[in-house]
Amino acid sequence: MIINNAETILSVQELNASIDDTQILNGFDITVKAGEIHAIMGPNGSGKSTFSKVVAGHPSYTVGGGTLEFQGKNLMDLEPDERAKLGIFLGFQYPVEVPGVTNGAFLRLAYNTVQKARGGEELDPLEFDDYIQSKLKLLDMDAEFLERSLNEGFSGGEKKRNEILQMAILEPKLAILDETDSGLDIDALRVVANGVNTLHGDNDAVVLVTHYQRLLNYIEPDFIHVVDGGRIIKTGDKSLAHELESRGYEWILEENKSSVS
Amino acid sequence: MSTAIDNIVNQPYKAGFHTDIETDSVGRGLNEDVIRTISSKKNEPEWLLEFRLKAYRHWLTMTEPKWPNVTYPKIDFQDIIYYSAPKPKATKKSMDEVDPELLETFEKLGIPMNERAALAGVAVDVVFDSVSVTTTFKEKLAEEGIIFCSFSEAVKDHPELIKKYLGSVVPYTDNFYSALNSAVFTDGSFCFIPKGVKCPMDLSTYFRINTQDSGQFERTLIVAEEGSQVCYLEGCTAPQFDTNQLHAAVVELVALDDADIKYSTVQNWYAGDENGVGGIFNFVTKRGLCKGKNSKISWTQVETGSAVTWKYPSCVLLGDNSIGEFYSVALTNNMQQADTGTKMFHIGKNTRSRIISKGISAGKSNNSYRGLVKVSPKADGARNYSQCDSMLIGDLCGANTFPYIEVGNKSATVEHEASTSKIGEEQLFYFLSRGIDSEEAVSMIINGFVRDVFMHLPMEFAVEATKLLGLKLEGSVG
Repeated sequence: MIINNAETILSVQELNASIDDTQILNGFDITVKAGEIHAIMGPNGSGKSTFSKVVAGHPSYTVGGGTLEFQGKNLMDLEPDERAKLGIFLGFQYPVEVPGVTNGAFLRLAYNTVQKARGGEELDPLEFDDYIQSKLKLLDMDAEFLERSLNEGFSGGEKKRNEILQMAILEPKLAILDETDSGLDIDALRVVANGVNTLHGDNDAVVLVTHYQRLLNYIEPDFIHVVDGGRIIKTGDKSLAHELESRGYEWILEENKSSVS
Repeated sequence: MSTAIDNIVNQPYKAGFHTDIETDSVGRGLNEDVIRTISSKKNEPEWLLEFRLKAYRHWLTMTEPKWPNVTYPKIDFQDIIYYSAPKPKATKKSMDEVDPELLETFEKLGIPMNERAALAGVAVDVVFDSVSVTTTFKEKLAEEGIIFCSFSEAVKDHPELIKKYLGSVVPYTDNFYSALNSAVFTDGSFCFIPKGVKCPMDLSTYFRINTQDSGQFERTLIVAEEGSQVCYLEGCTAPQFDTNQLHAAVVELVALDDADIKYSTVQNWYAGDENGVGGIFNFVTKRGLCKGKNSKISWTQVETGSAVTWKYPSCVLLGDNSIGEFYSVALTNNMQQADTGTKMFHIGKNTRSRIISKGISAGKSNNSYRGLVKVSPKADGARNYSQCDSMLIGDLCGANTFPYIEVGNKSATVEHEASTSKIGEEQLFYFLSRGIDSEEAVSMIINGFVRDVFMHLPMEFAVEATKLLGLKLEGSVG
């Protein structure tokens, strides 16, 4: 929800980024304030996933120019783990599988690392086990999940739930969820959306990166941005999503071309 | 990020110091006179000299194996010192009389030789270059009828046992390096567990090569009589030298009816520098014979060192219902090469074997698993399960799996699974994006990968091995 005079969580101006000498982001601008939910939409290859990875600090991308600030702090020189400790969370489109590393051990290490950095209390395995129960419940996940290897053999829905479970325990200031709705059936989508809605509050912000309008029926955004050619070409409220659903992206792309020329 | 990974993999070798101790060596090179000299320095009986000479003459007719997937400069066998011993100051009666410099060396390596050994509850035999320096807990073990001593002592005190079992599992004709070892072996450990005795503590041998250009040719023989049990640990280090040193050991295990031998190795011989200069050539023959019914031999190895490793701890499952196991983690980094695996020979009925191999390659190293499962026509109901997983760190290393399966009996069940994975940027980024730094990420991924093997190591050894993997990989992921 939009709150007057809310703190600016993420400020991005004129951001350029490339991978293997191919420029993907091209003058990307966005400002995200506490309490808000933003949806970034756009056709495949428009640069929306790249944007999420660049904010999280993926090493494959080279930032060419512009500013990238989190709560007024320049992110450019920070490693991905330092950004995570500050409170940036990226929910992955394709979470990696790690055999032999139990989900529970991974979650606890992530939790304790971030807690330590923020001056909070670290938990031993038993305490952590207590702590995580309510989070598991929120996402309708069985405790058996913790014993399994990290994402290994997880169904698409289980992987996405596991991402939101991580969001739940890391309590980020900024959660960027990259195509969290892809590969989810309707029940799983509800569970995931309910999780995000429950976790989101007035002091944090959520950015949903999505190709489809479907997710936005469950998580109501305050702003919708349409990305093409590596930058936001149109911003609107949630009604824009419905227009996109019925008319597709073409008309905006056309509109944008004619306004540029 | 690649620098972070480089830092994780490229830790300096911590056991790479050299101790200045006066040594008693024979000159370089090998001929019958050298063998006679070694034998006489050790006051050996005539039959053992004969064994050596027969092995030497056979060795002369053999050529080095060329089939392993490794390359290294030709070894000049006439440029090796075949016997090197710390010069004795006097005959030692107790630990207090052991050369203090030697004690200091083992102190640096963290080997419990004195009271610390008592606390740790591990009996240790330490082999320095060619000779065994000390064996702890000998008397306490003797109360149980257990013999645990250096090989040389065993030749003197228990010749009938040595005569009976030496070469009974690995004959000198077996291969080029076992023949060489049989000709020139200088010391090692001997362990005998009598009928029905469960060894009350883990037995351990620590090997160290100290002299430049010396070879280490130790011989280990473990005999577990009917219904007995023993858990044996072996550790190895060597100082850093620019030249390669040869380590060609032979280990023989014999398990009689219902006996159980568990043999664990953590091998951290000097691996050479990042350009592949120096390091140990580790050409070892290890084999266990499950001679009796219901006997069991279990090999667990953590191979992290050596420039070149060529090693296949094997089980001959002769007794009905006998069990052979092989759990292995082989890590190679920089220019290291490893060709390692196992052989399981199913001869008795209802014999079972299990192979879990985990290869980790980093740097420009090359890591091969090579394993043979052979079921003889008489081995009704034999079963084998093999799992070979490889993990690559970076883009310049290699991993290979060479499974050989020969089944001569229709009732046998043989399963083989293999996988290759990679610690890549995406995996690391996933951990980093959760606040976990790259060092911790790599260590967690690696520990997850080796978990199925490390759970078979004795507790203290598993802790050591985990630390060692961390050290060896420090700086290498990217």
